[in-house]
Amino acid sequence: MSARVGVVVFPGTNCELDVQWAVEALGGEAELLWHGDRTVRAVDAVVVPGGFAHGDYLRTGAIARFSPVMDAVAEHAAAGGPVVGICNGFQVLTEAGLLPGALQKNAGLTFVCDTVELEVVSTRSVLTNRAERGARLRIPINHFEGNYVCDAETLARLRADDRIVVRYVDNPNGSLDDIAGISNEAGNVVGLMPHPERASDALLGSADGVVLLESLLTSCSAVTRVP
Amino acid sequence: MRYAVRIDVTHLPGVLDPQGATVERALPALGYANVSEVSIAKTIRLVLDADSEAAARAQVDEMCRRILANPVIERYTVEVDEVVPTA
Repeated sequence: MSARVGVVVFPGTNCELDVQWAVEALGGEAELLWHGDRTVRAVDAVVVPGGFAHGDYLRTGAIARFSPVMDAVAEHAAAGGPVVGICNGFQVLTEAGLLPGALQKNAGLTFVCDTVELEVVSTRSVLTNRAERGARLRIPINHFEGNYVCDAETLARLRADDRIVVRYVDNPNGSLDDIAGISNEAGNVVGLMPHPERASDALLGSADGVVLLESLLTSCSAVTRVP
Repeated sequence: MRYAVRIDVTHLPGVLDPQGATVERALPALGYANVSEVSIAKTIRLVLDADSEAAARAQVDEMCRRILANPVIERYTVEVDEVVPTA
């Protein structure tokens, strides 16, 4: 049975079809989950994709965390189910308290739209279990608020517990410790600013995101499904 | 009672304020070389019906903690004024 991935759609989300396409291209099933529904429909994994959920009003992700679907996403995460937040989805997961820290405006106030090099730092997360530690991946970024920040204690914990999932090789946005993506303690909740789905086919300029999405699909076996 | 509330949301000390930093760099270009510590904050104004000022403040504090401010990067101050109906 192929992995079922639910892709959360808020008003203002705009990367859901890219994620759906990429998941299906790798042999998974993908279905869209509307933010107003209080369910993740027993999918194996949840992706919170990029965009501008609720217009990014107040702060990025601040309103989205109160959407009815987020309780089900939190329950899925608590049961050990894979949850990946990409770009705006990362911002939503930090606001929701599923990941520590926050994403603030890029240093220099520049919107960055580029393909950057990432280094895989941890392979114990649901997004990197098929990758090699130290591997370099070329993945697009596309954000104004990707400057990761957290307090010194949190950073020390992220480092000590192997929760920094990917780092920028050449920091494009001022992120603390070059952080591009982190995970929760168990490694089943991951947030990252780069877009693996936009690097899922050589025709897109890079297929380096495939190993990340394949990791996610691999993680889908043996999960507890939450209605 | 009706209260007019003003909430100022500012960056926590030590958190990068790229907007403030950019404006700080721009001001000397206009000849204002004596300006420092520029920060750009957010002001939220709202009107609240509550039984007392203490109740109004408690609710505003709760709203700030839950949604209006992000304690990881922001802090906030609150001003509450009773709205006296005119005529």
